[in-house]
Amino acid sequence: MAKTIVPIGPYHPLQEEPEFFMLTVEGEKVVDIDVRVGYNHRGIEKLSEMKTFDQSTFVIERICGICSTSHPFAYTRAVEDVIPVEVPERAKYIRTIIAEGERIHSHLLWLGLAGHFLGYNTVYMWVWKLREEILDAMEILSGNRNNYAMFKPGGVRRDIKAEDIPDVLKKINSIVPTLEMLLKAIADDPVLHARTKGIGVLSKEEAINFSALGPTSRASGVARDVRRDSPYGAYDKVEWEMIVTENGDVFDKVVVRILEVLEAVKIMRQCLQNLPVGEIDLNIKDIPPGEGIGHIEAPRGETFHYVRSDGTNRPVRHKVRAPTFMNLPTYKATVVGETVSDATIILAAIDPCYCCTERMAVRNTKGKKLYNGEDLIKLSQRKTERLREKYKC
Amino acid sequence: MIYVLYFITYGFLLTVAIGLLTSWIDRKVTARVQYRVGPPILQPLIDIIKLLGKETLIPKGASKSTFLMAPVVGFASAILVSTILWVNNITSAHTYLGDLVVVIYLLTIPSISIIMGGFASRNPLASLGASREMKLILSYELPFVLAVLVPVIKSGFSLRLATILGYQLQNGAVATGLSGVLALIVAIFCIQAKLGLVPFDIPEAETEIVSGPLVEYSGPGLALYKLMKNMLLFILPFFLIIIFMGGLHFDAISIVKYVGLVALVTVIRNTNPRVRIDQAVRFFWGPMTFLAALAVALALTGR
Repeated sequence: MAKTIVPIGPYHPLQEEPEFFMLTVEGEKVVDIDVRVGYNHRGIEKLSEMKTFDQSTFVIERICGICSTSHPFAYTRAVEDVIPVEVPERAKYIRTIIAEGERIHSHLLWLGLAGHFLGYNTVYMWVWKLREEILDAMEILSGNRNNYAMFKPGGVRRDIKAEDIPDVLKKINSIVPTLEMLLKAIADDPVLHARTKGIGVLSKEEAINFSALGPTSRASGVARDVRRDSPYGAYDKVEWEMIVTENGDVFDKVVVRILEVLEAVKIMRQCLQNLPVGEIDLNIKDIPPGEGIGHIEAPRGETFHYVRSDGTNRPVRHKVRAPTFMNLPTYKATVVGETVSDATIILAAIDPCYCCTERMAVRNTKGKKLYNGEDLIKLSQRKTERLREKYKC
Repeated sequence: MIYVLYFITYGFLLTVAIGLLTSWIDRKVTARVQYRVGPPILQPLIDIIKLLGKETLIPKGASKSTFLMAPVVGFASAILVSTILWVNNITSAHTYLGDLVVVIYLLTIPSISIIMGGFASRNPLASLGASREMKLILSYELPFVLAVLVPVIKSGFSLRLATILGYQLQNGAVATGLSGVLALIVAIFCIQAKLGLVPFDIPEAETEIVSGPLVEYSGPGLALYKLMKNMLLFILPFFLIIIFMGGLHFDAISIVKYVGLVALVTVIRNTNPRVRIDQAVRFFWGPMTFLAALAVALALTGR
């Protein structure tokens, strides 16, 4: 049968962000996939290196609108690792509350979009209505529905007022019954089963080999979660379950995310109720020379930040690795062999976030690529050499 | 000459008006179900008028005449079939028009015109959508024809719509019997697919293949397709009412019949995800064909 290329992207109603999936198909069957990102590269690491440590937090927050807590969280932890210091207890709890609020709204956003990709627009609208409650709660806590600007190296910027806590608790508790109803509805709907069960299976071995992260790996039976493996914030002080399922198909990824939202509600509730009193900020003045890493569990998986300081007030090097970067290659294992209809929901099932993941591509004015992968690696090695000579390490 | 009048007033104007109104009801109900406000009542009409004023772009390498003809063919057949249905509904005693085979044939043409347009536009997504539409037609036509056979058998093997209506006038609607109910259920699923609504909007699947066969259409061509779809939203339930429920009259019961059918279609559309094309084919050739065949067998034994 003749092979055709079905393009999904660079502009496509499937995703809001520009990305390009080149599906090679025989009839309806996908035989190969090529993913191209790089339509939205903003040079944010470089931008961050030109700001002071405090200002960088705001730049980093704007890497992604949805992970607007995960990136600052990982970044501040990396900066604190340079010194190294421990932030005050109260700040830890507040950070955890904000991070879990983000997980709830991010997973709900994905759940709605997954419904939309399956043509189930009622779920899409209902879930997004539900998400409004969480955004309202976050607005009470931080003053913003998104981009909370709560983080700074050494603590948090804003305190949580005691009189706000009952309102927030009411709002986050109100989503639980609807979510449980939704979970039952999904578990019972035969048409949804037909569309999601056994589709895009990522086996446990493949999940490990591709180093899949977050819900993508946990749906495949890999119990991997930074919150459990190397606890940060208040995660070791509250009760919560790591959600792991075995099948690795789209259905399991849906279930994992819904259950994680329920767990996140649990964590938020405990943190709000047991909020310790005390300082919220260390007021760090100087960052000594050195390097630090910060990694946290973002809604999509482990976000990793590396910060290097030379004793001035700016980071010399700031490196960001978003979870989607690790999850994208799993398409090779999940999409190939499925139909075009299923390809879209499988592509969406890892909850890809391209603006976190954007990588560089150099082209001349005629659109010809100037560097291939090997050239870029060589360039990068040369830059590392230069840095080594400059800083003698 | 009287048929020209029917053609213009009933077949075109009235059908378009009711079709646009139905489309608005469908959109409004969908919006309310989804916690949205929904469009104002004239929005479907405004959409069409706006599209009529836009530029027609013909993709490079497309078959120009087929690309431009396809929406006209589909639109014309929609008007024609609605004229036939109206003539039979109003003056069933005095007309020689109204052969059921012609009606079924004409009801297929809109889908075929979409396939023509899709393949003519020479876009991989459109081709994929057109081939899905083709598979969909192949899957739902068999149970649809079987379901339509039930009223034919009931009315003493008559293929004339007038006779079927006359039979129902004397003996009650076909859908009051067991075989009629079964056939109606099958037919409702089939018109869902004919209308291209969720769960059978596979050919147009916005998030998969970007509205499929219609992806290259713009301006008047797209307007004709939209208008055709809106008209079908009236024509297909109307057809089911004629052959299963004893026709439309200008009274309250008829409005209940019609709005009930449209509401059912809207509810199905809002409570299901889209199925895959192979699942749709399996659904229509498996349970639906079986149900339809059962209905035919029951009708033959007189139930």
